[in-house]
Amino acid sequence: MAFTKKRGNTSPEVSTASLPDIIFMLLFFFMVVTVLRDAELKVKVNTPQATELTKLEEKSLVNYLYIGRPLERYHSLYGTKPRLQLGDKFSSVKDIPLFLEKHKIKVPENRHGQITSSLRVDGEVTMGVVQDVKTELRKSNQLKVNYSAKKRAD
Amino acid sequence: MARKSARERMSNEINAGSMADIAFLLLIFFLVTTTIVEDKGITVKLPPWSEDEPDITKLNKRNVFSVLVNADNQLLVRGELAQIKDLKERAKEFIVNPQNREDLAEKPTKAIISLKNDRGTKYGTYLEVYNELKAAYEELWDESAQRKFGTDYTDDMSIAKKRAIRSEIPFVISEAEPTSFGEE
Repeated sequence: MAFTKKRGNTSPEVSTASLPDIIFMLLFFFMVVTVLRDAELKVKVNTPQATELTKLEEKSLVNYLYIGRPLERYHSLYGTKPRLQLGDKFSSVKDIPLFLEKHKIKVPENRHGQITSSLRVDGEVTMGVVQDVKTELRKSNQLKVNYSAKKRAD
Repeated sequence: MARKSARERMSNEINAGSMADIAFLLLIFFLVTTTIVEDKGITVKLPPWSEDEPDITKLNKRNVFSVLVNADNQLLVRGELAQIKDLKERAKEFIVNPQNREDLAEKPTKAIISLKNDRGTKYGTYLEVYNELKAAYEELWDESAQRKFGTDYTDDMSIAKKRAIRSEIPFVISEAEPTSFGEE
């Protein structure tokens, strides 16, 4: 008969010797794709949806400006009006030029023209704050702007 | 004290059994801190700062497609109430003007879209409107690219091809200083 036992001389355990290699491979994958979050959000940002999106390619050429209402735990200190957050602190529009300059010195000079400002703005915020920020960006000659948005499925 | 012989010590290898655990630990750390959020958005080129506003009233009225968004997020397109969902088609018709109508743009190069909002306009609405206007242009570029090169308009196209299309249908959205009726 064909149904004869074939095992017997091989040990039944699966070799785990390659397990570290597999895990390391996964590890490297995650290390490469990881973007460490550099700033803790203090404002609520829920970006709106849109369809005509472009991807921001190089993270080092992007600076982020967050606009939204302060989170609940900051209400007593900062109120509920929409605020601007630069880096990890609440800022006023006047702080933008310095913020841009601080980012600029980290970028090689020949790439200064490619710096993009990513505006991560909550969809519920009114345009007043956004307009002030835009005006300040224009005054600081930072004209490349990306309105952060989520992909809308349609 | 009983010491191991030299040979015995040489043959002692480092135990690699815990390697997987260490790697796992690192892996979990990266898994937790990872944010695979893709940075996407609508890229806009702001106009350089100048003290005086560009005056669009001097332009020929037929070449201006004015879009106003008020503090109640309502839309006024060329003087009449409109819906966001109709905006794209209207903008496309305005830019290309297929029937050579008197009241639409003379030619795509002369078409100007003027966008004005209030300080009380919701940002979400503003972006939606901007998105529709941009979508109108993207579709026209796609159509133009299909006619000329048989492909859609993409960022991977050669600069010469892109320039050919964009010189034919330039992207002009002029944003006026917003009104401030509904500032919170």
